[in-house]
Amino acid sequence: MQIYLPIAEVSVNAFLLLGMGGLVGILSGMFGVGGGFLMTPILFFIGIPPAVAVATEANQIVASSFSGVLAHVRRRNVDFKMGTVLLVGGLFGAALGVVVFNYLKSQGQVDLLVKLCYVVFLGVIGSLMFVESLNALRKSRNNVPPTRKKHNWIHGLPFKMRFRVSGLYISVIPPMVVGVFVGILSAIMGVGGGFIMVPAMIYLLGMPTKVVVGTSLFQIIFVTAFTTLLHATTNFTVDIALAVLLLVGGVIGAQIGTRLGTYLKAEQLRILLALLVIAVCAKLGLDLLLQPTELFSLGASGGH
Amino acid sequence: MLLRSLILLLLTLVTLPARAEQVVLGLSQDKVAITATFNGKEILLFGAVKREEAIQETPPLQVVIAVSGPTGPITVRRKERRFGIWVNTDAVEVDTAPSFYAVATSAPFSEVLSNVEDQRHKISIPLAIRSVGAPMDVANPQDFTEAVIRIRQNEGLYQKLDGAVRFDEQTLFRTTIQMPANLTEGNYPTRIFLTRGGNVVSQFETVINVNKVGLERWLYDLSRENPLWYGLMSLAIAIAAGWGASAAFSLLRRG
Repeated sequence: MQIYLPIAEVSVNAFLLLGMGGLVGILSGMFGVGGGFLMTPILFFIGIPPAVAVATEANQIVASSFSGVLAHVRRRNVDFKMGTVLLVGGLFGAALGVVVFNYLKSQGQVDLLVKLCYVVFLGVIGSLMFVESLNALRKSRNNVPPTRKKHNWIHGLPFKMRFRVSGLYISVIPPMVVGVFVGILSAIMGVGGGFIMVPAMIYLLGMPTKVVVGTSLFQIIFVTAFTTLLHATTNFTVDIALAVLLLVGGVIGAQIGTRLGTYLKAEQLRILLALLVIAVCAKLGLDLLLQPTELFSLGASGGH
Repeated sequence: MLLRSLILLLLTLVTLPARAEQVVLGLSQDKVAITATFNGKEILLFGAVKREEAIQETPPLQVVIAVSGPTGPITVRRKERRFGIWVNTDAVEVDTAPSFYAVATSAPFSEVLSNVEDQRHKISIPLAIRSVGAPMDVANPQDFTEAVIRIRQNEGLYQKLDGAVRFDEQTLFRTTIQMPANLTEGNYPTRIFLTRGGNVVSQFETVINVNKVGLERWLYDLSRENPLWYGLMSLAIAIAAGWGASAAFSLLRRG
């Protein structure tokens, strides 16, 4: 069934959108990532204008994250205190990111920089996670309990705060910085930023994997809601019909994903996520390296 | 608006010196409504030639029909390999290019219309696009306008339909124009030319109106006029859907 999207001004198959939303939703529930880093490129691929894709995706992430976080709240896997600290940083970062984005746009190379951002971040994080989880998996096979680094330089910073749910007593500066950083990236790359935040929380802040997913979803809801409003009021690029179709599939998928995630071990989950991240990175990297079949591209005048 | 332009047109037709041959046009529809399930539209254009003298057999009378979408400027970018990766290097602003353009003729285009007449009336696809402001440092600026035509032809937005007009007894003509699903809103000026020996002997102009209606119209207007409410509504729907799915699944699990 074809459906005409009022803002994107294209006609697409409704079931295709539902299916895409569902698949990305499953991943979102399993890994605690918003799924934006997958969905946004897919939307480009099926012919949605990039500006509409980025803005609408933000709205869809709100829905799938909200659905996902409720399941985690019920299991008490959300560290609200940590989430709030990350959120304060995130909102600040998102506002900063929009400024950076507009500056890059005025320089005329925003597409390339967004893609390079994707390749660099996905590549680095994917490989780090992959290696780390392989090691962890090997250790758990040899029945050596995984050791969490108890003390590093992060514990020397001031403004310490107790995060009971995470079982941490650390300075608020590192989570704040992580929040700002993720906020900037989410505004530039049109993603929730979970794929950056989840590893940062595990490896940098030393949070237990169990609470990481729920807490990152909690932060993502508010940052992407903020981004949606910014796009809706300044660029008029949020397509509500597109968002509804994606999120109907997405919220259902997220529920399934959250349940699937509980059947997998944390290390296996991380290896899967790492492989996924590396695959997307490789695809985007190849697009930059190989000669495109069409060297020319059309854009709205003055825009990107 | 449409009625007024029609009346104006009729008045001008009346006041014009009597022509030997004139177009009388019918449209299967002069409005295209974009609804939620819009998936392109086929428009039937038909008409007749009105004349007050005997049919002149040679050279034969031919028909050219050109339907154009709203025009506007576009930026065309060209990629080049820099530091091993493909990046946008040159950009050319094409001043006006129609979002949709279809030319249907009753015989091969070159037989129907001479170059001089094509230049005068800007009928063929390359002439419908105007580019004057190519920067001096860009090599082969004509490649950029060619790229616009190539890309839009591949998307079905530009159509060259040689011989697609059926023309019976030099009097009755008809053709169908397939408008694609990714149509933009606006007025689509439609021109019909009668030619003889490559020269335009008569022309007629009308407008096909393409508009969003119903829910599509309402959402589009809301997003432009009350963007904050539109944004909040989008968020409310997102939250409700997220909560609804979560509640439904926990019910399923308990039940």
